[in-house]
Amino acid sequence: MSIDQGLESELQKQGIYVTTWDRLVNWGRSNSIWPLQFGLACCAIEMIATAASRYDIARFGSEIFRASPRQADLMIVAGTVTKKMAPQVVRLYNQMAEPKYVISMGACATSGGPFHKGYNVLKGIDHYIPVDVYIPGCPPTPQALLEGLMKLQERIKARGFGAAMAEKQGEYPVPAYGPSGLVPRFNPAVWQPPSNETLNWTATVLPQPSTPAPPAPSSA
Amino acid sequence: MLPPLETLKSELEARVPGLTLTIEGTTLVIPREKLLDVCRWLKDAELLACDYLADLTVVDYPPDPSAGGAGLPSEASSAKDGRMDVVYHLYSMSKKHGPVTLKVPLPRANPVVASVTPIWRGAEFQEREAYDLFGVKFEGHPDLRRILLWDEFEGHPMRKDYVVEDQNVQG
Repeated sequence: MSIDQGLESELQKQGIYVTTWDRLVNWGRSNSIWPLQFGLACCAIEMIATAASRYDIARFGSEIFRASPRQADLMIVAGTVTKKMAPQVVRLYNQMAEPKYVISMGACATSGGPFHKGYNVLKGIDHYIPVDVYIPGCPPTPQALLEGLMKLQERIKARGFGAAMAEKQGEYPVPAYGPSGLVPRFNPAVWQPPSNETLNWTATVLPQPSTPAPPAPSSA
Repeated sequence: MLPPLETLKSELEARVPGLTLTIEGTTLVIPREKLLDVCRWLKDAELLACDYLADLTVVDYPPDPSAGGAGLPSEASSAKDGRMDVVYHLYSMSKKHGPVTLKVPLPRANPVVASVTPIWRGAEFQEREAYDLFGVKFEGHPDLRRILLWDEFEGHPMRKDYVVEDQNVQG
């Protein structure tokens, strides 16, 4: 499949470029990712700054924010996904052109962020749709968003177009409004709750006290 | 300029028959039966002219089983059963003064109060929000239904005893 590196370099010196069809296609695809134009909270302001002249997302070929999901292949979930908004976000994802990618921008879209204990916020858009790149921050800086975009480009280049087409498509069920939140609460096909070991990860990395814990105060 | 709170209190008690007010900090505490009379007077009195309801919200004081009456400012018995205060902030656009702050304590088990929508039209959505999140019922409201949450939602999530669902477990 791949050509010998030394031979490739020798040929390039003679003005002959050798590549594979996948590399050529992915070079084009990764440099013209069209994001879907929508924002949900303050992260959207940083996304707008990224698209403007100072940070200039056009340097990476992603300056064309489309107002229709049918013309976009990247969803930047920029901000707090409330339970009321989540069905619409999933529906937009379902309508996007394939192969499609998702960037979860900021703490809210990734985990609920500061609203993690609230009644109205989804604790991560990855409960319902697959996410490719998570960007930490509250909100992430434009540089962080560009870094996330470059990570996504690396991901696109690492997979053949056919494999990406098979992997990055399909529709996911749109959750419905229920008596205490969304039904179902997550899509088990894309997300599973963390195990108890994961939740208690501090027990595995922190030194355990050698002496037994002090006795609890007597009930009397 | 607004008159001092004590002047306002004695003036109101003179104008509204059978009204007894208490002062809690910078707020006037009104019994719920007299709310509409007080509001009408505050809006219509020439020197006050509170023509703008800036804010209508609710504070939930949950029942405190250990309390014997202390802890909450006005009513001694409220600490045991819990209490809900509907809070009104009134301003005057024409006189450029405010706020006049009103509180109406309600029993937590049955929080019902008269709607002020007939007096200030802007109260309509604020009362719907208070109903949506706290479950306070506003009698005489033209269209009292949820405004932020969807109709299928059960319960009132800003109440202190509301239990949030666990999103890690399928319901």
